[in-house]
Amino acid sequence: MVSLELRDISKSFGSREVLSGINVLMDSGCLAVTGPNGSGKSTLLRIIAGLLAPTGGQVVLRSDGRPAPPELRRDLVGLVAPDLALYDELSAIENLRFFARVRGLRTADAELAASLEKLGLAGRENDRLGSYSSGMRQRVKCAFALLHDPPVLLLDEPSANLDETGAAALDSLVAEHRQRGIVVLASNHPAELRSGDCVLQLGD
Amino acid sequence: MPVETDLEPGRRPARPDVAEPGISPYRSLTPRSTVEMLARAAAVFRKDITSEFRTRYAVNAIALFAVTTLVAVGFAVGGVGISQPVQASLLWIVIYFSAMSGLSRVFVREEEARTASALRLAAAPGAVLGGKLLFNLVLLVSLEVVIVPLFVGMMHLEVSGWPLMLATLAAGSAGLAVTATVVAAIVSKANAKGALFAVLSFPILLPLLVGAIHGTQAALSSARFAAGMQDFKLLVSYTGVMFIVSLFVFRFIWED
Amino acid sequence: MFLKILLGIWMAGVIVAAFLVTPPGGRDFLDPDSARIIIFHVPNAVVAVTAFFVAMLYAVKYLRGRDLRDDAKSAISAELGLVFAALAIVTGSLFARMQWGSWWNWDPRETGMVVLLLVYAAYFALRSAVDGADRRASLSAVYGIMAIAPMLFLTLVLPRVVFSLHPPTAVAYPKAQRLVLVPAMLGFLGLYLWLFRIRTAVAEVRLKLKRY
Repeated sequence: MVSLELRDISKSFGSREVLSGINVLMDSGCLAVTGPNGSGKSTLLRIIAGLLAPTGGQVVLRSDGRPAPPELRRDLVGLVAPDLALYDELSAIENLRFFARVRGLRTADAELAASLEKLGLAGRENDRLGSYSSGMRQRVKCAFALLHDPPVLLLDEPSANLDETGAAALDSLVAEHRQRGIVVLASNHPAELRSGDCVLQLGD
Repeated sequence: MPVETDLEPGRRPARPDVAEPGISPYRSLTPRSTVEMLARAAAVFRKDITSEFRTRYAVNAIALFAVTTLVAVGFAVGGVGISQPVQASLLWIVIYFSAMSGLSRVFVREEEARTASALRLAAAPGAVLGGKLLFNLVLLVSLEVVIVPLFVGMMHLEVSGWPLMLATLAAGSAGLAVTATVVAAIVSKANAKGALFAVLSFPILLPLLVGAIHGTQAALSSARFAAGMQDFKLLVSYTGVMFIVSLFVFRFIWED
Repeated sequence: MFLKILLGIWMAGVIVAAFLVTPPGGRDFLDPDSARIIIFHVPNAVVAVTAFFVAMLYAVKYLRGRDLRDDAKSAISAELGLVFAALAIVTGSLFARMQWGSWWNWDPRETGMVVLLLVYAAYFALRSAVDGADRRASLSAVYGIMAIAPMLFLTLVLPRVVFSLHPPTAVAYPKAQRLVLVPAMLGFLGLYLWLFRIRTAVAEVRLKLKRY
């Protein structure tokens, strides 16, 4: 099992302190992170993903009790976030193919197409992302995050831009992932927060 | 300490219906050899080529700049006979400034289109550097394949030693590509990217430019390779040193 | 406090000695008195290059330990290096005017100093273009490290390989000149160290304030 520990995480941008004293320990289930705008939800998720270094504290990912080295973070974590963009000039399947190859996966095209289908994008996988609506882009981002089947799934406002079917697909995805691994979900929607086993409230 | 797994990288594990304690439901994808790293760099390279093919940002910028400069220079001094040192200098001025107008795209575009985060989540720094370096090298060489013959023709250059000329161009371009790629990475994280790119590149590239110009001059005047040997050695060692430095230093730029 | 006064007296002594104690240059010099500029020019150049390597040392130290104080020290040394490089160029140019009649000759050594100046200028241009203290520190440290090899080449290799107007630097100076040159070197180094200490102290206080 993979466990996630946040040890006394703090983050400041210059003199502005955004996060301080965040302590979390979980080995399965869903953690819902909530708080007003600007309270640091996205920042926290980026820190867990390894995109941002915390000002203080540590993120420790353990596999079977042993801490994983920093290079492994990439393999263990998947992130869906609003400010994360994929390549507009490539098609959905080209995007996935590239990210799979660059991760070292040898996923067949058929599998990639199937994952897009599962997210409701059947038939549009060869269209360039530039022609997608924001809801469709959100779905491809989910496919991107799940390419390598990460034990830790980080979702930042995941149902933004999604319609009912999309939101439903997302819900079942989260439910499935919760059983096998860890989900950290940042949101302000009460509906989304309901899928959390625990809630972390940010902001003073 | 690498995480142990009995699965080869790249193969999906059979998903257990219920997560059993003690079995890690994932496998390590960290590249275990240089060959694997190169394969991933190749993926980055192919993606950049496809992307460039469809948007043509860098190619347009470089080509336009090179042709404009060439015509301007030709118009100004083409009819008059100019000395070989001047010819060599002008050639490398055209190459250098064309490079400055297009080689930063490889990183700046990732930041501007906000795709850098996705790339950082998926790719090891070595793969990113390798792929983008190769892209810039291909871009630069493609430019030279067009520009150098044009320059030689339009300016009525007489090249005495083609082997030396080609060797100087090759080694000079390699060094230029390596340095420009790393500086592009630095600049992509700053503001005022365009101007900053040339400002940062120039002092570091000066030894390369000196060697390249001098070597080209030797190639124009002499048929012997030995005439430009010292410059060629300089270019090769410069490229080697900057490449090794970039391998060490890149991850500090790439990771926030 | 005491050191500051000592430094002041020392430098004053050096300046006076440059004019009164050092003998004028030999027949190589068009105006033998102009040779006295060595007392100022050489220490400036030496400090300028030393400051660069000190800045790079702190840059490497920052990348290993991520202590912003090391980054501050790197920037401070670079600042001082810039000033001394500018002084070296100006004194060199003055001498060139007297000896060879022109302010600038595209001599490899001269150009090497100018490139050092450009590296410093680029370093500061980069720093002013980056937001975020940590990012600024990492990027400028990396840039500085990349500049080391070209700098070594331009200051050590090139002038020895290509013909240069510049008087050879490895020549043994006559004893009478050394009498003033060595104290001058120490004086300018002392000046650099003193300025470095003051600015570092200020930087450390600033860093502390930001934390609380």
